[in-house]
Amino acid sequence: MAKKNKNGSNDAIFNRKFEPLIYLIPFALGLVIFTLYPVVNVVIMSFKEGYRLSGAFTGVGFGNFTKVLGDKNFMTAIKNTFIYVFTVVPISTVLSVLIANLLNKKIKGIAFFHTAFFLPLVTSSIAVGLVFKYMFNRDIGVINTIITLFGGKPIDWLGAIAGTGPYNLAAVIIFGIWNIMPFTIILLLSGLQNIDPLYYTAAEVDGANSSTIFRRITVPLLMPTIFLTMIVNLISCFKVYNEVIPFWRGEAGVTGRNLYTMVYYIKEQFYTNRQLGRAAAASIILFLIIFVFTMLQRWIQSKVDN
Amino acid sequence: MRVKIEHLTKRFDDAVAVDDFNMTFEDGELVALLGPSGCGKSTTLNMLSGILPVSEGHIYFDDDDVTNVPPQNRGVGLVFQNYALYPHMTVLENICFPLEIKKVPKEERIKKATEMAKLVQIDKYLDRKPKALSGGQQQRVAIARALVKTPRLLLLDEPLSNLDARLRLEMREEIRRIQQETGVTTIFVTHDQEEAMSISDKIVLMKDGHLQQVSDAQTLYDDPHNEFVASFLGNPPINKLYGYIKDGNFVLEDGSATVKVNNPNVKEGQTVVLGIRPEATQLNDKEHDLTAVIKQRYTMGKEELAFVNVGNQTIRVYLSSDYQYAVGDTVYIKLRQKGSFLFDRETGARI
Repeated sequence: MAKKNKNGSNDAIFNRKFEPLIYLIPFALGLVIFTLYPVVNVVIMSFKEGYRLSGAFTGVGFGNFTKVLGDKNFMTAIKNTFIYVFTVVPISTVLSVLIANLLNKKIKGIAFFHTAFFLPLVTSSIAVGLVFKYMFNRDIGVINTIITLFGGKPIDWLGAIAGTGPYNLAAVIIFGIWNIMPFTIILLLSGLQNIDPLYYTAAEVDGANSSTIFRRITVPLLMPTIFLTMIVNLISCFKVYNEVIPFWRGEAGVTGRNLYTMVYYIKEQFYTNRQLGRAAAASIILFLIIFVFTMLQRWIQSKVDN
Repeated sequence: MRVKIEHLTKRFDDAVAVDDFNMTFEDGELVALLGPSGCGKSTTLNMLSGILPVSEGHIYFDDDDVTNVPPQNRGVGLVFQNYALYPHMTVLENICFPLEIKKVPKEERIKKATEMAKLVQIDKYLDRKPKALSGGQQQRVAIARALVKTPRLLLLDEPLSNLDARLRLEMREEIRRIQQETGVTTIFVTHDQEEAMSISDKIVLMKDGHLQQVSDAQTLYDDPHNEFVASFLGNPPINKLYGYIKDGNFVLEDGSATVKVNNPNVKEGQTVVLGIRPEATQLNDKEHDLTAVIKQRYTMGKEELAFVNVGNQTIRVYLSSDYQYAVGDTVYIKLRQKGSFLFDRETGARI
């Protein structure tokens, strides 16, 4: 009798342990095929020198990495990407916090502003990029029209005239900020709506004005959400690519080389140069950079929280 | 500071939350706004603090009309029901915050906040964040934060409702002690009669936005102005016998019993309610007002309570522990003058 009982309970344990796994199989299979396999394969590819799609390669080693790191274009890509990330992320965060705070107020016609600010979210960044291309136009663009209206000199945002080089990147950054803000604002707005309005009432009764409330109550309470958006934006900005494409007919900047970004470089190595190993190596480097900065940010956040 | 309310009215769309409320809170008093949910007590408190605008009427702090003065200029300290302590600030920073807004120099700020923390006995936890404190400790911090700017008026919204039973007893004594040490005029909102009766100098009983009665706890209990006041206070609740007046006496609805009432104000034929506090009943075989049959018995420690049928109505009475009563026994009840009230059935007003 005892033995039978034991067997019975063993069956039950088996069922409890393995039954859920069976249900997980369809999803796990997809995960392995479409996520895990490519990731592992990229790592393997990055160490295969002279790799061809046929599977042939000439050797194994760090050759791809040394080639990529020694490539002038890759250095340009790293420089541009870093400038892009460290302007777009802070500026879009600050602007988004201010705008989200305004959108959180109960005023008439707020629905209009909600729609206006969230519109970029439902548009294609390439399509809007083409619109921006005309807005950045030196002679007829609305941006230069506004600048001249205030007495400034028109800027050749997308042009190649000597001395206007930095403006190429500035144009991409402005477009990038515009593109990233709606998503940031939505996240921040949901963060703001989670703040108990009682804190505001309490501060008001104590005589705090709106700027004090914003500085001392709203922003500190929103900090977790701000950190979240910064990490998400940091990652997406390191992968900047779409923002470069519309302005110069798919080229990386007006000279075709001055606006390399890391993803653009990877794409070019892969499709144009057919250097699959180098593309993989560059991907690994990009991954490591993103990983380090994400960890750094998490570490800072844990310091701030305490 | 003396607080005077004149014809205070608050309307939300069509609903009247507070209706023509007149009252004076004397300087240094601890007053409870008591009433069931939705009676307008919190609304009144919020109008006093200035958070809610007044629909009609006036509020005076001493001689100043503060009806349209914004909350920050009224000099009120407000303690919220869930305390509303800023979670990202330490206890000290929380208490300092009202002073920080007033641009008090940092050293003075910390000195005053520490004093306040000592008063509410929270000075051991100055470096903690609110979430690391118990409910009672959070309550103390909230009181310290409200008091640190030396308000003219301290307002507490359901201060004890978020605490467990034991802490509630402790904190209500604490509120009394802190109030007496600071001498600040204090108004607190509660729906708990025991809470209101145990610590306040004066109770303001409200119902449906109307003031029912203002007096000290004992008077409210012993001398209720109307049926609502009598039934709201007291545990176990007051008994009600429905009947009418005949030959100057109370006659039970079904005519099965007559109780002598020495009340010159009754009118012949008037429908009335006879309110009898359970402790105003006495079992007495020789001399009695009512004859009743025991329906159910409850032993509650030192006392024994019974539901008894008087005619076809039921009341609660205390049984004497000298006898063993059984369900179905007939008992004879003598009513004491104190604790028995006659109310008009229509208006609920005391006769």
